[in-house]
Amino acid sequence: MKALEEKHTLATRWFHWINVPILSAMIFSGLLIYWAYDPYRIGLGTVTLFHFFPNWFYSLTGIGQSLALGMALHFAFAWLFVINGIAYVFYTLISGEWRGLVPDRNSFREALQVALHDAGFKAPLPPQGRYNAAQRITYSAIVFMGGLSLLTGLAIYKPAQLHWLTASLGGYEWARWEHFWLTMGYVAFFAIHIAQVIRAGWANFRAMVCGYDLVGVDMGQEEAKVKVTGGD
Amino acid sequence: MGTEPKAIDKRLTPEQELARRTRRSFIGLGAGAVGVAAAWHWLNAAPMEGDEISAPLRRVLGFNERVVRTALYSEDHLVRTYPASAIGKLKVNGDIGMENPLDPADWHLDLAPMGAPERMLTIEDIRSLPRHEEIIDFKCVEGWSTVTQFAGARVSDFTALFAPGSEKAAFIGMVTPSKDYYIGVDMPSALHPQALLAWEMNGKPLEDRHGAPLRLMTPVKYGIKNIKRIGRIFYTNERPADYWAEQGYDYYAGL
Repeated sequence: MKALEEKHTLATRWFHWINVPILSAMIFSGLLIYWAYDPYRIGLGTVTLFHFFPNWFYSLTGIGQSLALGMALHFAFAWLFVINGIAYVFYTLISGEWRGLVPDRNSFREALQVALHDAGFKAPLPPQGRYNAAQRITYSAIVFMGGLSLLTGLAIYKPAQLHWLTASLGGYEWARWEHFWLTMGYVAFFAIHIAQVIRAGWANFRAMVCGYDLVGVDMGQEEAKVKVTGGD
Repeated sequence: MGTEPKAIDKRLTPEQELARRTRRSFIGLGAGAVGVAAAWHWLNAAPMEGDEISAPLRRVLGFNERVVRTALYSEDHLVRTYPASAIGKLKVNGDIGMENPLDPADWHLDLAPMGAPERMLTIEDIRSLPRHEEIIDFKCVEGWSTVTQFAGARVSDFTALFAPGSEKAAFIGMVTPSKDYYIGVDMPSALHPQALLAWEMNGKPLEDRHGAPLRLMTPVKYGIKNIKRIGRIFYTNERPADYWAEQGYDYYAGL
């Protein structure tokens, strides 16, 4: 016997999908801004392993010569990014969904087991609620990073009026560096996230869009033919 | 996503119910994607005449300016100052309006106070004002910054002595002698105690390429507002023309 089970609430799905175009616009316009002064690299001393970004990246993406547009887009979409992010955090706190999201004291040990399992080792999968331990840590970290992006962004945007904020982040240049690497963190998360979604399959993806999945329920429960639960 | 069935329809099997919800939500997601594409197109649509960015984006920049000026800006917010050991090498990033050499003997400043006749000032007139010195982090709109020392007269002192009453104007405008570079700054920012009309940089007289004999140094604005080789200063309630704002940059450009 199969029944519908709610996997993701309507609110969570809206917050998630609205964030997709907003974060894309923020990263795109951020790259338009970064292009005007692009000093960051991975390397040591005079040895550079990778420069952000090589010319082929700019020519491939068509990014460049648009600092003014980049700034205008960035400071417009920042409002939407902040509103959506703050609304999501408030929703998660008020609805109690944070309990299924924030890591608990077992999460870090369990996350290691999940990572070993996903990497192909025969590690036992720990029991999980809505999200497994690795997801709890990653998704919570992403939300936390969103807050840091806002703070480092404000520190670069108004370093004179918000000098206390800029100073607390290590100064103007450090704040820009932190803002950049947080963004690289999103890009890395996005790549892993997409890979994991593909790997988890269609039903998992569908649940993020429509909210529901079919689950097996115990036979003999005539009243429970159609069961909608809160998730966990 | 989209239109959400309020309750589970008991006449449908769970499989049918899921199919119905899947259909509806994916149509909603698709419609959302189309809406986002349309909104993006609208936002990047052809700019208004005389502007390099679209009208909606220009309106958001104006809104941001109002938020900052109302909720954030204060002339008591001073930018951080540095020790002399932190001074770096400020690169020359623009020479618009300074393409031709300037004969210092020829230079004078045209001053247009508000509600008073225009007058001409010499560099000696300006240097007679109290000298202020500051070592600040000069910030370019491109994203880099360099700690630099400047010395000169406060714009507020200059205004009080040579254009009394003009503090009530909404803007101060400055133009190079060639009229090729021009900026406008809102009066509260111009009267900021760290905003200088500078004739000295890093302990030496201002070099030609850094805007001799007189440039604006206001650390609460990006470098694009810090006009070099000032030829004319005027006070006005109309927003003065601004070279980089015309290229699509935020007019306020405040830090």
